[in-house]
Amino acid sequence: MSKNLSKNLTLDEQIQKRTMSKKKTYWKAGDTPLQRLFINIILIFASLLAIYPILRLLTVSLRPVDMLLTTDLRIIPEGATLNNFIALFTERDFLLWLWNSVVIAFGTVVLSLFLSTTAAYAFARWRFPGYRLGQIFVMTQQMLPAGMLLLPIYIIATRLRLTNTYTGIIIAYACGSIPFSMLLLKGYFESIPKELEEAAHVDGATTLQSFTKILLPLATPAISITGLFAFMNCWNEFMMARVMLQKNSLYTWPLGIRILQSQFNTTWGQYAAASILVAVPVMALFLWSSKYIVSGLTLGGVKD
Amino acid sequence: MSGLTPDAIMLGLGELVKLLPIAFALIVVIELFTWFLCAKIIRTKFTLAYVMLAPGIVGVMALIVFPFFYNMFLAFSNMSMTKFLTFSASLQIGLQNLIDVFTVPVLQRTNIGTLIIRTIIWTFVNVFFHVTLGMFLGILLNRPLKLKNVYKSLLILPWAVPEVITSLTWRNEFHYQYGFVNIILKSIGLEPIMWFQDPFWAMISCIFVNIWLGVPFMMVITLGGLQSIPQDYYDVAQIDGAGGWKQFVNITLPLLRPILTPATALGIIWTFNKFNVIYLMYQGGPIEGTHILITAMFSAIFENYRYGFGAMYSLVLFVMLLGISSIYYKIAGGFKEVSE
Repeated sequence: MSKNLSKNLTLDEQIQKRTMSKKKTYWKAGDTPLQRLFINIILIFASLLAIYPILRLLTVSLRPVDMLLTTDLRIIPEGATLNNFIALFTERDFLLWLWNSVVIAFGTVVLSLFLSTTAAYAFARWRFPGYRLGQIFVMTQQMLPAGMLLLPIYIIATRLRLTNTYTGIIIAYACGSIPFSMLLLKGYFESIPKELEEAAHVDGATTLQSFTKILLPLATPAISITGLFAFMNCWNEFMMARVMLQKNSLYTWPLGIRILQSQFNTTWGQYAAASILVAVPVMALFLWSSKYIVSGLTLGGVKD
Repeated sequence: MSGLTPDAIMLGLGELVKLLPIAFALIVVIELFTWFLCAKIIRTKFTLAYVMLAPGIVGVMALIVFPFFYNMFLAFSNMSMTKFLTFSASLQIGLQNLIDVFTVPVLQRTNIGTLIIRTIIWTFVNVFFHVTLGMFLGILLNRPLKLKNVYKSLLILPWAVPEVITSLTWRNEFHYQYGFVNIILKSIGLEPIMWFQDPFWAMISCIFVNIWLGVPFMMVITLGGLQSIPQDYYDVAQIDGAGGWKQFVNITLPLLRPILTPATALGIIWTFNKFNVIYLMYQGGPIEGTHILITAMFSAIFENYRYGFGAMYSLVLFVMLLGISSIYYKIAGGFKEVSE
């Protein structure tokens, strides 16, 4: 059947067909079964290395207290129990830490988006006097050593009595996230065709109207992703929280989890349980949004 | 049952309920003020732009620009825990701080020279392995594999775990007796290592953890780059009789360069700034043996309470990073020509 078909084709078409089929199978032909076996072995080894520490967390979290300190390497330990998880909720302030993190992250995301969305639009739409200055600022800001502004912010916050409050750290996080959020959103606004807005103007809409009625609804996905970034950043943040929050009752989970980890005693199991509970949702969110994260991270460095 | 009491819930909600409306009111006030200023007094055609920018600019001014200059002022002061309110500032004190940064130990025993050398080694080793391993895995993943997506999701996981958890977990796993690293070392017949006690091994373990952490990023970047290389190039090379290695050197590497160069430069800045791993693993110990520039800054300021000195030290770091970054932007500028 196929022979008949190929006979009907012209010579050109036949050549084309052959090269095309060759293209498709090139890599497959390039890897002998032995090579493929080798590649798979390497990748399996690397994957094991990548997930083993995470699996170990699960193991330790399931260990009964009297078996915490063993040299056993099984994934599901002997006498597995959920006691560590229960202890986390009944004996430890785990829920409080999560609550604190949620309050701070929520406040940060809302504030940060309100501050950066309109600014991003201004940067995307107009070349106003001061545009270049803003660009230079965003670029230099990325070069500040991590934690360089921690001391001045801490001192200012102390003077204003804002240390050990949610307000203080929310403001610090939200304003710190403006440049990056703005950069992300600016890129997105620029990708929306100008014709859309122009059409709205023809219909008599003002710029403000076209922004609120057309661009904002269109940009909802981008705004959500930007919010997700701001959320993940402050959800996982340690350094600023360590400085700004010294009261145990205000600890976010990174600070709290460190108490559990601090000694090698019975709390190791609880530490592992807490880590599993925090890490799994974060990992799921990350995997779901990893495509955007990559483009977002490289955007800051690659684009001006 | 402890922790999350109704009082604690109310405290959090209460602050949010107060903070957010006040912030929005403030945003509106700032916008109205800007509108008045631009439309009525200056009369610029960019009124709307400035109105939209104003709240963001105020936020950035208050928490980035002002602290930056305040930090400069602090660098010329002798502020510390005991002189929190009674400090004095002068040019002389600032110069003394600057001299101290280079002559006096930043912490108890480590001076800045040691820290610089250690940071260079830390950054170089880390980024080297990030790029080589990441590229290696990326190239392997780009071949036709049945379980490609499974491998990809598993290999990306180290990047997805919050850094705090990564660092603390690995710290536990480097425990002499009960950590799995030593258990495995023992089971293959090697001597277990005292990771916590010996600065050398402590540093090795920190570097190992950070490599584990950073490879997925480079892997994903490489994969993205590889997918943009047309298959035809390899076909032609195949016809010309170029082998796998030659194809890698002459096609893959040069075409990956425009993507890998900025990613590498970004990686250098990130690794230089990597606070969490070092600090959470051993707090810079044992005997200050794992401190890098960034963690030493944090310790000097927030554990030894040398505010004035720490501020000057952070300025020195800023100049260093500015130097590194300007080299990066030169390279990235070259990159732009290639990509556009």
